[in-house]
Amino acid sequence: MRYAVGIDLGSTTTKAVILAEDGTVLGRGITNSRSNYDLACKVALTEALITTRFGLIAGELSRHGSKPEDVLAWTQDLERRFRMQQYLGQLRVLGRVLEKHLTGASAAARPHVEAIVRQMVEEAPGLFAPGASRKSDFFRDLAGSRYTHHAEEIARKGGAKIDTLAALYDKAILEVENTPWEEDAFEQQVRAALDAMTDAPQLLRQAVDRATAVVLDQVTAIGTGYGRQRLPFPKERIRSEILCHGLGAHAMFPLTRTVLDIGGQDTKAIQVDENGIVTSFQMNDRCAAGCGRYLGYIADEMSLGLHELGPLAQTSTRSVRINSTCTVFAGAELRERLSLGEKREDILSGLHRAIVLRAMSLLARSGGVKAEFSFTGGVAKNPAAVAALEDLIAENYGEVKMNISPDSIYTGALGAALFAWREHQDRTGATAAAALEHAEASAPESSHAH
Amino acid sequence: MATPVAAKKDASQDRQKRMIADHYGRLSRTHLTGEKNCYTYVPGNLTELLRTFDLLPVLPEINALQSGMRGKTREYIAAAEKEGHSEDVCAYVKSDIGMISSGNVGPTGERLPPPDLLLLSYTGCFTFLKWFELLREKYKCPIVMLHVPYQGEGAITPSMRKYVVDQLKEKVIPILEEVSGKKYDEDRLREHLVRSAAAEDDLVAVLQSAKHRPSPIDAYFGGVYYIGPMFTAFRGTQDAVEYYKELRSEVEARMAQGKGPITPEGEIVEKYRVVVEGPPAWTHFRELWKMFGDEGAVCVASTYTKVGGTYDFGFRHDPAHPLETLADYCMGCYTNINLPGRVDMISRYVEEYAADGFLINSVKSCKSFSAGQLMILREVEKRTGRPGGFIESDLVDARYFSAANIKNRLESYFQMIAQKRAATGVAVGAS
Repeated sequence: MRYAVGIDLGSTTTKAVILAEDGTVLGRGITNSRSNYDLACKVALTEALITTRFGLIAGELSRHGSKPEDVLAWTQDLERRFRMQQYLGQLRVLGRVLEKHLTGASAAARPHVEAIVRQMVEEAPGLFAPGASRKSDFFRDLAGSRYTHHAEEIARKGGAKIDTLAALYDKAILEVENTPWEEDAFEQQVRAALDAMTDAPQLLRQAVDRATAVVLDQVTAIGTGYGRQRLPFPKERIRSEILCHGLGAHAMFPLTRTVLDIGGQDTKAIQVDENGIVTSFQMNDRCAAGCGRYLGYIADEMSLGLHELGPLAQTSTRSVRINSTCTVFAGAELRERLSLGEKREDILSGLHRAIVLRAMSLLARSGGVKAEFSFTGGVAKNPAAVAALEDLIAENYGEVKMNISPDSIYTGALGAALFAWREHQDRTGATAAAALEHAEASAPESSHAH
Repeated sequence: MATPVAAKKDASQDRQKRMIADHYGRLSRTHLTGEKNCYTYVPGNLTELLRTFDLLPVLPEINALQSGMRGKTREYIAAAEKEGHSEDVCAYVKSDIGMISSGNVGPTGERLPPPDLLLLSYTGCFTFLKWFELLREKYKCPIVMLHVPYQGEGAITPSMRKYVVDQLKEKVIPILEEVSGKKYDEDRLREHLVRSAAAEDDLVAVLQSAKHRPSPIDAYFGGVYYIGPMFTAFRGTQDAVEYYKELRSEVEARMAQGKGPITPEGEIVEKYRVVVEGPPAWTHFRELWKMFGDEGAVCVASTYTKVGGTYDFGFRHDPAHPLETLADYCMGCYTNINLPGRVDMISRYVEEYAADGFLINSVKSCKSFSAGQLMILREVEKRTGRPGGFIESDLVDARYFSAANIKNRLESYFQMIAQKRAATGVAVGAS
């Protein structure tokens, strides 16, 4: 099966979208960006290939007559178990790397570190139990929070200093993240997951066999995103994320004329024409105030997960007015407000509004919002930011249809994948824009799906 | 003006370098030779008049931008901030103040003399006024201000002209006589003006060569070198006449050979033609130029090369009306033109130079430039139907230059043009 991949190497996360020749999205993958950009791309691509395989498994099941509810239940169960296998696989790597660092002054921590890793392995089934919620799906964050939890327990009992244990993890996780995944990891892990399903139906086993046997052939790739200059791609295979977001948003919502993307360290207001071609854009200057990273700092200051910020802000009944969205002063601003007796949720509500106000200024500068509008980027997943944006858009531009895809974080990668097919088709003389046409045709009618 | 560090130098570049070196050398020796100098600004500079009194011009903002290019402004700005100037003050001012506090050593490494006179031609920049107030405090020297009326209605009227001429007669010339100890000699002024006009003809031919495809020049990054002698201490001199004659013949030769502009990184193969509004980021001048060059972008016209005089719409210094022509010159400087006038000018450039679009570099220091730029952007887009791009930096404060951010915007902008061309079936680089 031939595919094109678009990779969006952002400052916070790296995303990959796999697109079939007819423009169907086959898979999406995401990982945290890391110092090794090549590997971040590979991991995102591997993740996208994994979701592609799960898609193929579901397709096989449907094709062979399984009922839709069975298809859903079986693939979800399988994927949940697969994710646990994946987690355990990375824990093994973590264990090995930690072991390597237990020398010299750290050698005394050996029994404690071994105990932590053992506990992490033992508790894994609970973390991946049906319905369990996890702090993050990135190994770094998930393993980090569990490691810290156990390390703190040990420290509290006087077993070892928390600083020693934390330093070991910090050293090890960098190496773990930069250790390439094994080539056949998917097949091993999906089989292990299947074996762990005591009552795996024969149909599912056959579907897994057929799906893993499909040869996935990468025909072309385009890279984009903040780190695109460092992608292992030739210059002609690199596109600005502004163009990719424009095209991606157009593919998701063809009537879109304005796109607001709030990413990790920049905010972009983009105007596109009826073909998804960018006509003008504005982005924040060198200061990342009010971008996604700002929320990241706030979350760290509050010891919350990034995805917990929005829901907490939404419980506010009285928004605090925040003037500065300076990332550097975020912590100071927050502590000052807290010391004045403001509630966390009220401060957070004000922070979200402040971020969106900054984006509104860029929107105005880019030409305003005249027709259908799409909100993309990681911050579009934050319900409090979305609510603030809805209010302010209505206030400034009246009733405008606002689109948010649940996959909005992949908008740039989708645009890149579409460019990849276009570029390939231009190069090889195939009919241009077939992929886009399909993507447009399969786009949702309406769109308030966040 | 600037000292290019190009991979390949034309004869005119060497000539300009010699002219600059001679001028600064002469300034550094005034304490021995007894020559007098006059500090003044580029927009509205009355060089021919100063030369008539044998006064040597010193241009503080040129010193500041030179300091920026030589990587000195970080320390100068820090010194000025230590003296109490806030981060929001124009970085040219702080660079100058810092340079003075650090010994007033100019761009060639020689000490600049203290001013014998401060001549402020006020052409739309209020900061210039404050800047000279600071210098007056520092040097306790005489100061004179020529108030140049703003082209608020978009045109120069006879009464505006008379207002300037009266000031020249009643205020400026008397103080020049006093400081120099020489009588005003109008015939001598006329001789300077004849040479100015000759050089201006050649400069305009050079700037307009960019209408050719491919353009033999870059009219922004290269342009700042070309305007150097004209905008600074040399207008009206024989050196300037010869410089522009030589430059013009070099450029015409390049044009005849179908060559593109020379940059410090080599010759650019023209893929995109753009008009640029706003001053360059001097601290990262080469880096910024390279960003354009890497994309195959050639600047075919720029407004910045009109801050020290606008010649390409027909104005020439006219020896027949020496004071009136100085008045018209001052009022025609780019910073003295109102917003609709700037929109007209940029739109005209976009059309006449067949540009793919236009880019605005909005500098944090200069509100005279940046106020209204977003309106200009929208308006020019509307009129020409060609896209505007927007980058942000500063004149000489390196803290405001984010290479990654600017590169991202420039690449996005040029890819946007390429995408538009692809949509309309025009190949990139097609003429």
